[in-house]
Amino acid sequence: MYAQMIKSEATQEDPEKLAAFQARIDAGEKIEPKDWMPQGYRKTLIRQIGQHAHSEIVGQLPEGNWITRAPTLERKAILLAKVQDEAGHGLYLYCAAETLGVTRDELTEMLLDGRMKYSSIFNYPTLTWADMGAVGWLVDGAAIMNQVPLQRTSFGPYSRAMIRICKEESFHQRQGYDVMMKMAQGTSAQKKMAQDALNRFWYPSLMMFGPSDKESVHSEQSMAWKIKMNTNDELRQKFVDQTVPQAEYLGLTVPDENLKWNEDTGHYDFSQPDWSEFFDVLKGNGPCNQERLAARNSAWDDGKWVRDGLLAHAEKKAARKVAAE
Amino acid sequence: MSSPNAAYPDTPDQAMKPKRHEWPLWEVFIRGQHGMSHRHVGSLHAPDQEMAIKNARDVYTRRNEGVSIWVVEARHIAASSPSDKGPLYEPSESKVYRHPTFFDIPEEVGAM
Amino acid sequence: MTSDMAFFEFLCRMGDNTLVLGHRVSEWCGHAPVLEEDIALANTALDLIGQTQMWLGLAGEVEGEGRSADDLAMLRDAWDFRNVLLAEQPNGDFGQTMMRQYLFDQAHVLLLEKLAQSSDERVAGIAAKAVKEVTYHVERSRDTVIGLGDGTSESHRRMQAALDLLWPYVGEMFTDDEVSGIMAAEGIAPEPSSLRAGWDAAVQQTMSEATLVIPDSGFAHAGGKTGFRHSEHLGHMLTQMQWLQRAYPGARW
Repeated sequence: MYAQMIKSEATQEDPEKLAAFQARIDAGEKIEPKDWMPQGYRKTLIRQIGQHAHSEIVGQLPEGNWITRAPTLERKAILLAKVQDEAGHGLYLYCAAETLGVTRDELTEMLLDGRMKYSSIFNYPTLTWADMGAVGWLVDGAAIMNQVPLQRTSFGPYSRAMIRICKEESFHQRQGYDVMMKMAQGTSAQKKMAQDALNRFWYPSLMMFGPSDKESVHSEQSMAWKIKMNTNDELRQKFVDQTVPQAEYLGLTVPDENLKWNEDTGHYDFSQPDWSEFFDVLKGNGPCNQERLAARNSAWDDGKWVRDGLLAHAEKKAARKVAAE
Repeated sequence: MSSPNAAYPDTPDQAMKPKRHEWPLWEVFIRGQHGMSHRHVGSLHAPDQEMAIKNARDVYTRRNEGVSIWVVEARHIAASSPSDKGPLYEPSESKVYRHPTFFDIPEEVGAM
Repeated sequence: MTSDMAFFEFLCRMGDNTLVLGHRVSEWCGHAPVLEEDIALANTALDLIGQTQMWLGLAGEVEGEGRSADDLAMLRDAWDFRNVLLAEQPNGDFGQTMMRQYLFDQAHVLLLEKLAQSSDERVAGIAAKAVKEVTYHVERSRDTVIGLGDGTSESHRRMQAALDLLWPYVGEMFTDDEVSGIMAAEGIAPEPSSLRAGWDAAVQQTMSEATLVIPDSGFAHAGGKTGFRHSEHLGHMLTQMQWLQRAYPGARW
């Protein structure tokens, strides 16, 4: 998911306050920034929303990689609008995190020096135009699985950001599938590209949900706080069940020999991704970790004079206004 | 919990941070249609109020043209305990491809 | 030159300017100095791409050989491009990008205001839509040029360098030739030279607020809008932009 392996913080506060807080959440009330909240809730949310925001921002890069090579003017406009939306989503989420007492620049610096993470999926390269289809269809599809339930999360600003984001995400997934359909119905080279994209993105998409967390205490606490709404396995299963028929419609083959419909469970059986690869990617050893962080770092470093310059001008202007009054 | 900085290595202690020189945070209110009141749609950063209005136009009216935009620096807002609901969004006239219905997805494919 | 040929040339000039500049601006996506600027630049690029579809679409129609806007964008070589050299200049730093944008936007808006009164209804229609977008572009790029010019000593230095670098590409936007003469005679578009005084006044005002000094040189590079001699940069841009259409001829995307 866009927020993976979020550790929830233990909390040592007044049991009465904690009980009252939990009761509010259980009653479906939204927690707002000025309300009392356990430190652990606050810190877990900063970590989770921050990681989600970072994923949107780093997530601009793999698709941004094809904006200048989009095959038609319309495809270029669609892709650019989509990547722009991701910047917008990052912006909404940073703002939600900021209500918890951290600033956007602080979060950004934690991303840039590696203290905070972003989703593993964005460390994979986009090699052909079909990857624009696969990313929209699979990666956004997987993200939506998590984001739709998060619209009901207990923290008000996060919930509102997710509502806004979900309205826009559906466009993302559908444009991705639309790209895939054109490729699957196209020339043999296009079909090959489409299958190749599915081959490369299938398992990394399954990894997005994170390793099984059925036994995780962190997950249990986060679910009690309603900042995590489903287990990783539930969401992954739902994703597979939804995506396999879509692949079949395209005439593409999911790269999993063990994939088959299970009449008893009413779900597909499928192979787990290679979790050692996942942990390698988290450690910084994915195919594009270096490039992604380097790109964000240079945008930030090269942009410093711009941010400083515009702020200095604003301050001069304010001072001149005061002087004139 | 005596040393929060050690307990939460990726969330540094607030007190240890140097004072930053960041663009201020602005709250954005948009009147989506004539006759409606301004509605809080979100926040953004900008160096001054002129740029805040421009940024609000670029960030928050990508799918619908707001009739009027208000911005106010977040620190100037006095608040009771807030309880507003999320904003609504009007569909846009141009850039139709932003909307999911732009793409025809065959029924066999299912919900998307 | 027949008037249809001149009209086609003129429409390619309009559409290639927006195509090439829109492409340059889109290169920033994901790399801008701050999120709000990233989003704003993408909006500018999207507007320019949309305008390209209209101008080149009309160009194909006027030409009457069945070429679509995409055919014109993706399947012509550099010598057939009619954008001014300014538009194809590389992004450089953010200041150079915004300076290029302002110098262009300021001319673009003055031209579109006139084109909205064009004797050709289709041209007037496209211009009427585009002028609303470009009025905002110039507002934003002007404020950014002023803010950075009158910002820190570093931002000031960089903006002056950008202005010095790009100034020799300004003049081409205002030169008249046979194409523009025919367009003016038919009331389709004004002579570019007629826009220069208004542009000079606006730019002088902006640069004065930005505390920047306009170079004391009237030298102007030429060759972009006639297609006679583009810069080396254009070919590299086209190898990216046209790659898929060239590598997989006839494929539908």
